[in-house]
Amino acid sequence: MRAAGLWSSLVALAAALLLPWYLTQDGIAAAPLAGLAWLADPDFGPAAGQVLAQGRWWLLPALLAPAAGLLAALLPIPRPARAALFLLTGGLGLGLLIAQGYAIGVQGWSTPWLEGLFGPMEDRQFGVGWGGALVPAALAVLLAAGLAGRGAFRGDAFTATVAVCIALAIAVFTAMPLVLLLGDAFRDAGGALAAGALFGRLADDRLWSLGCLAGAPRCGVVWNTALLGVLVGAGTTALGLAFALLVVRGRLRLGRPLRWLTVLPIVTPPFILGLGLILIFGRSGIVSLAASSLFGVELGRWIYGLPGVLLAQLFAFTPIAFLVLIGVVEGLSPTLEEASSTLRATPRDTFRTVTLPLLRPGLANAFLLGFVESMADFGNPIVLGGQFGVLATEIFFAVVGAQADAGRAATLSLVLLALALGAFFLQRRLTARKSYVSIGGKGDAGLAPPLPAGVRRLCLAVALPWAGLTVALYLLALSGGFVEIWGRDYTPTLRHMIKAFEISGGQLTGLAWNSVITTVTLAAISAPITAALGIVSAWLFSRARFAGRGALEFATMLTFAVPGTVIGVAYLRAFNLPPLELAGTGAIIVACFVFRNLPVGLRSGMAAMAQIDPSLDEASHTLGGGGADAFRRVVLPLLRPAIMAGLVYAFVRAMTTISAVIFLVTADTELATVFIVNRVINGDYGLAIAVAVVLIALMVVMLGLAQLLVGRRRIGRRAAVAPPIQPGGTVA
Amino acid sequence: MSDLLAREPAGVRVEGVDLSYGATRVLRDVNLEIRPGEFFAFLGPSGCGKTTLLRLIAGFATAQRGRILVGGQDLSPLPPWKRDVGMVFQSYALWPHMTVRKNVAFGLEERRVPRAEIGPRVEAALRLVGLDGLGDRRPSQLSGGQQQRVALARTVAVRPKVLLLDEPLSNLDARLRVQVRRELRDLQQGLRLTTIFVTHDQEEANTVCDRIAVMSEGAVQQVGTPMELYDHPANLFVAGFLGTANIVPGIVLRDGGAAAFEITGGTRIPLPAGLEVSEGARLMFRPQDVTLLPAGAEPGNRRVIAGEITHREFLGASIRYGIRVAGAEVLVDAPHTGGEHHLPVGGLAALALDSSRVKLLSA
Repeated sequence: MRAAGLWSSLVALAAALLLPWYLTQDGIAAAPLAGLAWLADPDFGPAAGQVLAQGRWWLLPALLAPAAGLLAALLPIPRPARAALFLLTGGLGLGLLIAQGYAIGVQGWSTPWLEGLFGPMEDRQFGVGWGGALVPAALAVLLAAGLAGRGAFRGDAFTATVAVCIALAIAVFTAMPLVLLLGDAFRDAGGALAAGALFGRLADDRLWSLGCLAGAPRCGVVWNTALLGVLVGAGTTALGLAFALLVVRGRLRLGRPLRWLTVLPIVTPPFILGLGLILIFGRSGIVSLAASSLFGVELGRWIYGLPGVLLAQLFAFTPIAFLVLIGVVEGLSPTLEEASSTLRATPRDTFRTVTLPLLRPGLANAFLLGFVESMADFGNPIVLGGQFGVLATEIFFAVVGAQADAGRAATLSLVLLALALGAFFLQRRLTARKSYVSIGGKGDAGLAPPLPAGVRRLCLAVALPWAGLTVALYLLALSGGFVEIWGRDYTPTLRHMIKAFEISGGQLTGLAWNSVITTVTLAAISAPITAALGIVSAWLFSRARFAGRGALEFATMLTFAVPGTVIGVAYLRAFNLPPLELAGTGAIIVACFVFRNLPVGLRSGMAAMAQIDPSLDEASHTLGGGGADAFRRVVLPLLRPAIMAGLVYAFVRAMTTISAVIFLVTADTELATVFIVNRVINGDYGLAIAVAVVLIALMVVMLGLAQLLVGRRRIGRRAAVAPPIQPGGTVA
Repeated sequence: MSDLLAREPAGVRVEGVDLSYGATRVLRDVNLEIRPGEFFAFLGPSGCGKTTLLRLIAGFATAQRGRILVGGQDLSPLPPWKRDVGMVFQSYALWPHMTVRKNVAFGLEERRVPRAEIGPRVEAALRLVGLDGLGDRRPSQLSGGQQQRVALARTVAVRPKVLLLDEPLSNLDARLRVQVRRELRDLQQGLRLTTIFVTHDQEEANTVCDRIAVMSEGAVQQVGTPMELYDHPANLFVAGFLGTANIVPGIVLRDGGAAAFEITGGTRIPLPAGLEVSEGARLMFRPQDVTLLPAGAEPGNRRVIAGEITHREFLGASIRYGIRVAGAEVLVDAPHTGGEHHLPVGGLAALALDSSRVKLLSA
């Protein structure tokens, strides 16, 4: 506790004395390095210089709080007194720094009553830089040390630090943006609070109109989104079930290749399938051209709209349903079905009366997952939607379109969020309720019965063509990058590849270099942060006991349900103004990657933690290892495969995402996915596909390497895992 | 025994401990005094709170009320890693990613024991449990019994003030269990280490422990040596949990100075003088306190009850009969001396009860 307080105070003090407090537009390099003048510079100076030379007295807490913390750590006072001092200086310093950040903005005082209180303010401040970020962070650690000293978190400073930091991070990067965004829904065009504004926009006919039923050209956006979601959810669940039954029960040799299908949506940007459909059914698609030249039938633009988006999403998300349902079907206890057949049920009866009802919770789960994925998808509707608007794309147009309307974007986000959270809660309730799968419990023997012949035929008839189509679609989509002009000239060429990735005279002159390098860099920065945060929070949530743990875990998981479009708009709203002025920087994209992917890392981390018997940590506790030592020496080594997997997954997901980051990129920070979508919208398919191919190849290589590493690790570890303990000991 | 591992033993005091999880009261006003160097058992059925009490001493649970003192020091404000209390887990909790030697050295490294001292102490601990030479193995390369010894070596290597054993024998097979419990006892005696042993198995507790606390529903029912508990159970629970007991309902009748117990609906048993009589008490006697009389034998000063044999179990050294008498069913052990001699199920039997061995007990 004392060490944590000492170090955090030292770090905070050093940052306040040496690091530039404000965001430096051109980096530290542009600072006037002549002598030590920069220490007193109004733009580059650290907190100390700002206070002493610039008269920015409100930054005084950045100096005083660490100094007081240091004093408390060094003075020979009893532990409770020291802890109280840590708590006080850390909390007060942090609070005052946050308060000044929001009180004094680019135009001086942010609200009139502050001016009345303190007098006029000539000064202004911009976003915080390294100093302004590090000092409060270190003060948060000081606060945590104080909490631990007061007996919270079993007196362990490490646990306290982890808990406080995660809580702060979630508050700043998830809760605050969403709250601010939703607040906008309640403001009118002038920015004043008006509850009526929300209801006015909510009642908008463009949202709820059912006109299409009566022959009008289109329905409301909400109905479009919901209809698409239900169709995609039902479709992917049915297709996924057919695949899962075949692979697990079908006595097929195709199991392994079919499982590979599940990798596709992980390594490909989601809109690739939309692109493939355009190349086949679009106006210059091969099928459309063939139809008009062979039969004289003009297929027209039917693919742009509900049919196209639906098809693309079915292709894109069926592998996800498949993945979920494989687990469910494998989890069925064969003994339950054997019991049915010993009671003289035919295979068909067993399937109908035992197997299918047991699968029901799994099916509902897969349906909801498909529903949520469809609602959150941005790439396919933007590429294929045409006049068929869904919430994700409408939000985008409300932000970047001709009639930029922040209030409308916020309101649409609110509706989308409500739908997504509704599905999320339903899904949680389903999975929280004891699933049928675990009823069989341990000691399950028995062989799963084969599928009834009729069911098997049906599954084969559905799944095999679909699998073939999916692969064909991917191949077609990707081959589009290697022909002259799709639809007119199918001469093979590397022209697009060269245009994208040309290197001439030692210079990267290709058009895509910039975005690909940015993507890889930002993904590489965010992946370790995501994995580390995921593992640490998984450890915290599964091992530490403290007030508010459930709420914090829930808040972290909740991010998973928030559609990317909503997150993107929210980030734009929250990080556009000081003190956290991140818009336009790579930092906002990294933050977006990290907090969008954190729940995935957290989930897999929690699953891995569940495999580690808590008595392994407890044993280290009784032998003298506190929270940090138990984590470092026992938990981390055992979690190594999970960490590796989390790292790769965070990287790959960062490379393929589009929905959130499309709001956050600038010319300097353009990402590859955004580059591709922009080319597609401009009809430059060849270039788009060339970049996509390189992106996919990169990720396949990454995944392969990881598989190799993790795979070998697993083999190496197999010998080291203790044999399962006989359960007899727990029986009284 | 190795001097490297010995230390002055400390006593343990549990004072007025109450612990609840929500509305469930797991421990109710538990008070215990465990003497320095004693081998002590918490014995009770599953759910009686014995493991919770152990984890409370280790620091993995927090009591709503009461204190735990080890060697006179109040442990309550300390986290597990500052308590100097060693624990062997039911699952052994050996770290699979470390060798045996690394496992044993862990606690010494955490205590910042000088490097030069760690090696000899690890070897001494491994020798103590008979595993010298296996330091470079991984836990998974050892048998269950060996893993258990590693767990024990890892704990005693740090010279804890108290050793806590959480059902340490339950994952071993029956034969190994008998061997290991004897070794445990020898090791404990050699190190004079205050040891608390949690078990639901009365035989384990009886064979290795100096004293036992019998627990039920979160409360300590009785504390005593194994013999005291068997011969003088404080209540019906203790009588029923240690050994087999016949518990018979009825009422107490007083006639001047003499008292008698009338079994519901039948026989009257005279009670030995000086037996404490409380309301609602029941009659308790062990199966071996009853003799099955051959037809026509003289009962002497014993009380004879007639009954019908309902079942029979062969136990090896004895034959156990279940006999229905008026108002109750009792178990009777008859010594088995060889031959096929036994009484038929369904037949009648006369029981002679030695009334000096009966007890009156309440719940």
